[in-house]
Amino acid sequence: MNKIEGCVYLLGDDINTDDIVPSSALTIRDTNEMAKLTLKYIDANFVESVKKYNIIIAGENFGTGSSREEAVNVFKILGINAIIAKSFARIYFRNLINLGIPAIQLIWDENYLSHGDYIEILLDKGVIFNKTKNRKMEFKKLPEFLVQILEDGGILNQLKKTL
Amino acid sequence: MSYTIAEKILLNHSNLKEISPGQFINCEIDLIMVHEQLGGRIHKEYEKLAIDYVWDPNKIFFILDHWVPAPTISAAEMHQDARNFAEKYKFEHNYGYQEDKGICHQVLPEMGFSRPGMLIVGSDSHTTTYGAFNCLSTGIGATDVSVVFATGKLWFKVPETYRINLKGKLSKGVMSKDLILKIIGDLSTKGAIYKSLEFHGNGVNELSVDGRMTIANMVVEAGAKFGVFLPDIKLKNWIEKRTDEPFEFVHPDKDALYEKDFDYNLSEITPVVAKPSNPGNLAYVEEVVGVKIDQAFLGSCTNGRMEDFRIAAKILKGKTIDSKIRLIVIPASKEIYKKALKEGLIEIFINSGAVVGHSTCGPCIGGHLGVLGPEEICISSSNRNFVGRMGSPTSQVYLASPATVIASALKGEITDPREVL
Repeated sequence: MNKIEGCVYLLGDDINTDDIVPSSALTIRDTNEMAKLTLKYIDANFVESVKKYNIIIAGENFGTGSSREEAVNVFKILGINAIIAKSFARIYFRNLINLGIPAIQLIWDENYLSHGDYIEILLDKGVIFNKTKNRKMEFKKLPEFLVQILEDGGILNQLKKTL
Repeated sequence: MSYTIAEKILLNHSNLKEISPGQFINCEIDLIMVHEQLGGRIHKEYEKLAIDYVWDPNKIFFILDHWVPAPTISAAEMHQDARNFAEKYKFEHNYGYQEDKGICHQVLPEMGFSRPGMLIVGSDSHTTTYGAFNCLSTGIGATDVSVVFATGKLWFKVPETYRINLKGKLSKGVMSKDLILKIIGDLSTKGAIYKSLEFHGNGVNELSVDGRMTIANMVVEAGAKFGVFLPDIKLKNWIEKRTDEPFEFVHPDKDALYEKDFDYNLSEITPVVAKPSNPGNLAYVEEVVGVKIDQAFLGSCTNGRMEDFRIAAKILKGKTIDSKIRLIVIPASKEIYKKALKEGLIEIFINSGAVVGHSTCGPCIGGHLGVLGPEEICISSSNRNFVGRMGSPTSQVYLASPATVIASALKGEITDPREVL
């Protein structure tokens, strides 16, 4: 968990939970089927085109809107294992951490980070290396107890140990 | 230490002696509300914990509202899973079978479950609504719900507070919805992420409890974690009609620290809309007057209450809506439906050409009862106008007050409600 590496996929500002999983998809019982509809209103080919990528970078207010955790889970199903955004909506941030996906808040700019770059994230150091651009970025480390939730693979795995 | 309302209530629910903004703390939860999400992700996530109990079946409020009565087989299955879970874990406040009751954010307060000083969470982002009752309430995801079910506790980051000072009185044809849309437009949809908004001033006393619920409901559209109102006699009377449980008002300390102050004179607020496709996309109604609409929706947890229905009936009385418009009216609860029947409002709606539905979230989420087709335009009293929110991704939604929604339904185009009142 400490080191995450891979290619970044770029999304914009204010990507909301209804964009990620439309309400009409919420009653779909099979989560893999639901994941096939991820972001379909923004980009009908998203599920195909994201296949080579495993890290999302986004702008402001990522995940704004509903409390639907499905909007995190579909990314997990699609193989996304970290999200970097300039800011996160509150509930979405919690949902990411709870499901074991690092939510990294970073005001980035395109000289340092752009679509398709290969990066390496060191969670414990608060550092991102962009290997494509040969650039280093620093982010504010997550509080220790949130890192521990990520280390445990999500908050339910952590809780299970204590019950 | 001096505290804001949010700080005070969080402190009271922690085992700490003092707290400050930015600190991460653990709090005991007084009440948790769950709806269809129980049959969506929650029941599956909870089973992962492999325990045969919930921490306190008396502190769980369960109701189905988003897709009732079930419009599809998959929604019906979701309801079955939710009801089975509620029975298995012996929820005491189990309204999973009472599909007539209404929308969670209306029914829970009506039943006296939201009281000053409480800390309430719910599986719905608009759980912030209960802040109108001088308590702290906020939305959480399915996994957090599971944590609360198992332990009765949840971690919180103590938020900084923005003080919103309200003075004056709303003018004729202007509603609390116009005020909150203006506030969201001013702050932007990211302007209050993680903040608590605390509503102060004489203007609060001028607002009805219904109107305060509309405002608290939508603070989350500016990113806020809580939206909490100072209490008054109107609130006391409202709650005492609905519960015998004792409660004490929570006031902020005099020298509490606020990160920012915002001042609004209610008499200067005018009718506004949020244009597609973002609740912060503010425009004065004058700027959009004349935009042709296909559908108008009066209802939802934001604006399906008596104050909303009374102004709607005042505008519609003796008139019929434009012949090419569909008007859908949905009361937020059965209690409101019955009151509106008694006051003759439902008859006015029916005679005007409106479809009056049973109480459900329905069209607000494009679930059922008024899903929008391609390219259609709707003016809605609900809280979100994201792409595809009410149906087709090429449809468009303008958010507005009940008065503006109904005035627009009369004319078939977006209309300033002050012209028809």
